[in-house]
Amino acid sequence: MSIPNEPQIDAKLIADHGLSKSEYQKILEIIGREPSYTELGIFSAMWNEHCSYKSSKKWLKTLPTTGKCVIMGPGENAGVVDIGDGQAVIFKMESHNHPSYIEPYQGAATGVGGILRDVFTMGARPIAAMNALRFGAPTHKKTRHLVSGVVSGVGGYGNCFGVPTVGGEVEFDERYNGNILVNAFAAGLADTDSIFYSEAKGVGLPVVYLGAKTGRDGVGGATMASAEFDDDIDEKRPTVQVGDPFTEKRLMEATLELMKTGAVIAIQDMGAAGLTCSAVEMGAKGNLGIELNLDNVPVREENMTPYEMMLSESQERMLMVLHPEKEAAARAVFEKWELDFATVGKTTNDLRFSIFWQGTEVANLPIKKLGDEAPEYDRDWIAPKPKKPLEQTLPNDDVADVLLKMLGLPNLCSRRWVWEQYDTLIQSNSLQIPGGDAGVVRVEGHETKALAFSSDVTPRYVEADPFEGGKQAVAECWRNISATGATPLACSDNLNFGNPEKPNIMGQLVMAIKGIGEACRELNFPIVSGNVSLYNETNGVAILPTPTIAGVGLLQDWDKMARIGFAGEDDAILLIGAPSDWGHHLGQSIYMRDIVGNFDGAPPPVDLSHEKKTGEFVRKLINEKITTAVHDCSDGGLGIALAEMAMAGNIGAKVNQLNGLNPLATFFAEDQGRYIVSIKRRNLERVLEMSENNDVFTAWIGVTGGDSLQLGQTTPIPIAKLKKAHEGWFPEFMKEEL
Amino acid sequence: MSDICAMKTALINFPGSNRDKDMIKAIKDISKNMPELVWHKEVKLPKSDIIIIPGGFSYGDYLRSGAIAARSPIMKAVKQAANDGVKILGVCNGFQILTEAGLLPGTLMRNKSLKFICKSIELEITNSDTSFTSGYKQGQIIDCPVAHHDGNFFADEKVLSEIEKNNQVAFRYANGTNPNGSLNNIAGVFNEQKNILGMMPHPENLIEKAHGGTDGRALFAGLFEVLS
Repeated sequence: MSIPNEPQIDAKLIADHGLSKSEYQKILEIIGREPSYTELGIFSAMWNEHCSYKSSKKWLKTLPTTGKCVIMGPGENAGVVDIGDGQAVIFKMESHNHPSYIEPYQGAATGVGGILRDVFTMGARPIAAMNALRFGAPTHKKTRHLVSGVVSGVGGYGNCFGVPTVGGEVEFDERYNGNILVNAFAAGLADTDSIFYSEAKGVGLPVVYLGAKTGRDGVGGATMASAEFDDDIDEKRPTVQVGDPFTEKRLMEATLELMKTGAVIAIQDMGAAGLTCSAVEMGAKGNLGIELNLDNVPVREENMTPYEMMLSESQERMLMVLHPEKEAAARAVFEKWELDFATVGKTTNDLRFSIFWQGTEVANLPIKKLGDEAPEYDRDWIAPKPKKPLEQTLPNDDVADVLLKMLGLPNLCSRRWVWEQYDTLIQSNSLQIPGGDAGVVRVEGHETKALAFSSDVTPRYVEADPFEGGKQAVAECWRNISATGATPLACSDNLNFGNPEKPNIMGQLVMAIKGIGEACRELNFPIVSGNVSLYNETNGVAILPTPTIAGVGLLQDWDKMARIGFAGEDDAILLIGAPSDWGHHLGQSIYMRDIVGNFDGAPPPVDLSHEKKTGEFVRKLINEKITTAVHDCSDGGLGIALAEMAMAGNIGAKVNQLNGLNPLATFFAEDQGRYIVSIKRRNLERVLEMSENNDVFTAWIGVTGGDSLQLGQTTPIPIAKLKKAHEGWFPEFMKEEL
Repeated sequence: MSDICAMKTALINFPGSNRDKDMIKAIKDISKNMPELVWHKEVKLPKSDIIIIPGGFSYGDYLRSGAIAARSPIMKAVKQAANDGVKILGVCNGFQILTEAGLLPGTLMRNKSLKFICKSIELEITNSDTSFTSGYKQGQIIDCPVAHHDGNFFADEKVLSEIEKNNQVAFRYANGTNPNGSLNNIAGVFNEQKNILGMMPHPENLIEKAHGGTDGRALFAGLFEVLS
């Protein structure tokens, strides 16, 4: 078998495809001959880290992925979770880091597009999106450009497609200077009896290509995303795809309409590694071969080679196996939406992945070996040494001064500049938009139910102690969902790390996964989907280890939902779940790092049984409609959380401090498992009694009222001043950046 | 209520319409009536008391927003209906399409910030003496969300003074909440005959408790009341 003009395969070409010598050796063993150029490309696409999870698979298998509500865990386009009444929420978070650094607008836009496609490919109409974004230091020369491009790209795609963006994260750290993170999440709603999967069934059935035409964009994208960056990174720009949200919107409408006709047997979107990955996935899962004829693939550029067609990552494309007798009806749907519809192949019974082009067979490979039998590594890893507890005498800072300074820090200030560029209201179901603990949307077609979404991780904790940091990411997500009153159901993990071939980086990954697994088990919060992004390094420096957790919770009655803003004067403010001194852990806190300048110490430990007990108790208070406001206590500690509650409700508060303790520790420690709750004074005795019965420590720490916030003995700060500090930084930082 | 139920609404659907469902929900909730959906390739409209063009990105809006939609097959029928005095409401992309079609004065340029903006703003009812605004009092200030990239209303001096003179301004952004740089804080305009209204804000997103307010409701309630 040979194709004219194709390059000779040599050591350099193999290396350029991201394949190691031993992996190439394995290819030779599998096929018993030298691969064609197209075949080499196919192996490279299937066996790269991004598609094969070869470094992480061994550890991912240890995560809990099942549960009472789980209909489908990891392995499909997205996870499927039962929410009762015959409905399911389908969701996933996925990274688009490398492309977003190279071309921020298109990288972020197609990240959103990819995750939306994962969701509607399964038969779900997307109802909510989130984005966890991490950028380099604000002072780094590229940061403003990247923030501007990524945020516009996220908005540009999601707003046109028509999904509300209801949550997310934005964080700055110099460790992301050369590798930003764009983790996109989407959730959709489907009926449990009409969920679609990628497993092909039946021999001799048509394999149909749908959506946009294939171009040369994104060729080799997944391989690029599986390598480190160096100074020549700008040369990689051609590997970034270009998004077309209008086509995606039509593709969704057409796909959902097509599914109703009963024509779809199997469906897989073309994401990373495009036509290759989608075809192999459908065939390998169904124990079937796939034969493709590339002459029928709709293309938008001339003279495309089979290599380019197989590796293109052009967006807004789908592959399906259809019932042949319904092909005409299916075609009509796609013609209505003016999208391409082409039969490009068929299922076979020989377990081969065979590709024809201009009458010649250009690839013929064993399909199972490409897919589920890809290489798997047990990489060396070293567990990082635990950090010693922090030893530091605190400076003589004034709490009020510190609070104002902290509210205006890049990592604590308001993200309004970002989320006002996202359509947060479309679909008319948004109950809570960004700015609270979690985004909440009503369940369409149901009187009272709503879903809560939150995305969380504290990378500085993970770096200081990957195991505790992994636990904390899960716990904080679970806590944020609980703080709305929703019962956390399940989550998606998006693991962003450096080069796994370095044992210390692999150690971070392994320990973080162990921590995540332990927390998910203890909190009954299974992982149902996710994605791994490794090699986030530039010139040998890795990002902070960032295992983002995106979770979903269910509110049975949104009328009982809690919000963070103080809602009345003279309410009692309670701190629930704290130790008797209210909290004191300053290691890795924002106060120590960004105000004092001390980066030492262990992160706050997470006591999972305490976390569970406290969260359940807070949910109980919310469900009994006793609370007037609820907020979890996280970055920046008690002081920041109280300020956020005051600003959100436009109501001040007077909060006590404990005698003999340093108020800086009291107000800025980041102990975990704590919630601030306000209640009517008349319920105080009842709540204190309930908390004793539930074995949760509750401290009455203050009272709401007035138009300023007073923390302990320090000067009261007017809410207007808090807001100015909180809202000012981001617009000022981005001024005149387009 | 029986009269309201008899009212007929047609809703134009472009492939990139995406606030169509929000609009349908609002119409159903307030009129208890399902609007008739009209696909952009149709050339005829069903007999209707009001035609609504919802928000979205009609054909992707990669060119000027609404420019291609204004030249779509259905718009000929919409123009005819406009001449016949049928009420037409365009919200957001619908407003953009109506200006591109020449049915409303002025044009909607890119927001002054050059960025998409989604937030709650305040609106002053500038002319309550029309069927679209009869549910409000003159000068009343209401809350209403916006969500757009191209909402910066512009018209040359002559057109602008005519609009003002003829009381064609329906809504103005109030209390310093102009989100896009619109001239004279214009958020919504009528045609001269006042049977067509285009507006950038989304009253359909503020009609029930779950939306955090119901200020948008009176627009539909007033309109449906007049029409029935």
